[in-house]
Amino acid sequence: MTPSWKYWLIGGLAVAVLAAAIYFPILRRRVKRAARLQQQSEEQARRELTQPIPINPSDPRVKAKVFWVSDAIDSTLAPVTVELPLSNDPALRSKQVLNTLLAGPVDAELRTLPPDASLLAFYLLPDGTAIADFSEALATSIPSGIVSEQLAVNSITRTLEANVPQVQRLKILIHGQEVETLAGHLDLAGTFVVNTKVAQEPAKPTPTPSGTDKPASPAAAAKARAAVPGTLTATRAPGKLAQAESRP
Amino acid sequence: MLSWVSKILRMKFLSLLGLLSVALVAGVLVSPSLTPSQAQQPAPSNPAATSPAATPTPGRVAGSAASPFGTQTPQGGLNIVVLDPAHGGTDPGARGTGGIRESEIVLDFAVQVRRALELQGFQVVQTRQGNENPSFDDRSATANAQRGAVFVTLHISSTGLPGTARVYVNSDLPPVANAGGLIPWDRAQAPFLGLSKAFGDLVQGFLAQRFKGSPDTAQSASVRQLRTTAAPAIAVEVSSVTVEDRADLDRMAPGVADAIARGTAAFKPSYVVPSTPGALP
Repeated sequence: MTPSWKYWLIGGLAVAVLAAAIYFPILRRRVKRAARLQQQSEEQARRELTQPIPINPSDPRVKAKVFWVSDAIDSTLAPVTVELPLSNDPALRSKQVLNTLLAGPVDAELRTLPPDASLLAFYLLPDGTAIADFSEALATSIPSGIVSEQLAVNSITRTLEANVPQVQRLKILIHGQEVETLAGHLDLAGTFVVNTKVAQEPAKPTPTPSGTDKPASPAAAAKARAAVPGTLTATRAPGKLAQAESRP
Repeated sequence: MLSWVSKILRMKFLSLLGLLSVALVAGVLVSPSLTPSQAQQPAPSNPAATSPAATPTPGRVAGSAASPFGTQTPQGGLNIVVLDPAHGGTDPGARGTGGIRESEIVLDFAVQVRRALELQGFQVVQTRQGNENPSFDDRSATANAQRGAVFVTLHISSTGLPGTARVYVNSDLPPVANAGGLIPWDRAQAPFLGLSKAFGDLVQGFLAQRFKGSPDTAQSASVRQLRTTAAPAIAVEVSSVTVEDRADLDRMAPGVADAIARGTAAFKPSYVVPSTPGALP
């Protein structure tokens, strides 16, 4: 082995070490970035895939009514007027007002929906039935209870009713799935009546969101009166219970 | 000699005939208490014989005291209250910052509500006795199997003004199409909505007297548990798990129990129960 060969070898090794010293930090950064991408949940990926809601500044600015918790009366909703550029397209307009509702009021205590919940998709069928698909956080982060769950659903339906007259009924999905309850109490199996003035009777069970802060419509009240006998006596023919068909 | 023998035989025949007729009369007297509907139902109990110490199993009537001879006559009207402590098992319900769990508190509330109802002469059936979590349908089935029952589900909220209590009845449901006398299971509450509202208003009225800030009348909400219940049914929700000390909630239990018992007693005269379990009112 000649001395010149030794110099070449040492020189080559020195170049390799220098190249490695430069390349390794770059490689580490790339690995870290790849790991971060893998950590993204399925829901985050889906959220990225959903189309961003275009806000067109040329849309007319209108005074939208958004329903959050009232700071005056316990467990009721109160409308807050927010000036927004709203689209004339009912589906787009619904997304815009629901995103404003999800963003929450200035006072975070008056929120009706969890801050980490988001609207994944919104569809409006020709018959006026809307389908709103919310992220899982709506069900998992909302305080459990009849009153809190009812306020959440009522804030959604009343905000839609006030700003999008085309929406007559609303079906709520959680992460694309039909669920039995919102957080253990409120029934999400059916559709909620949104526009109480023009809503027609749907074929499926229809839990209405009428409650502490929303009187039932006269038509609905009349229907309920007709469905229930006036006297509290057994005036109808007795019947038997059918076995559950659609649900276990 | 022969005449004596014939006389003795005749007397025996007459005595046998007498015994037979006595047995027939006794049979006729006993038979009305063995109707088919009773054979399928838990025997109605004498309220006076109800023992608070009795520990019934879910789905059975607490403190039943049926006569072993079947001579007890059935009592008409509302007799049974199906009490449902919500959640349980892996579902703790609402949770407070101090470790308060709704599923545990409602079970403690149920003990006091049950005692108050039994003092009013009602039988109480609980949907769960311990830390189990029956499904919504299982809980409804417990109520739907009873005749002359009302259903009360107990909850503690996460929000709302602490120290108040609210009664909920199910929101309007589409009218039931009575095809062949069958009620669809998933809308079993529909024919009972008017009765539930009357029952709920009575209980809410008594709660409002005890707990200031509570509403005066029952509210309507789409409560899943109520929808499949074929009986006058209410949800009672007490506010809330956000109290700093659990004792604040425990202090409300006697008032809640008293209001439910008095409301049920006030509702009893106005409710003529269907002849069969789950039948239309």
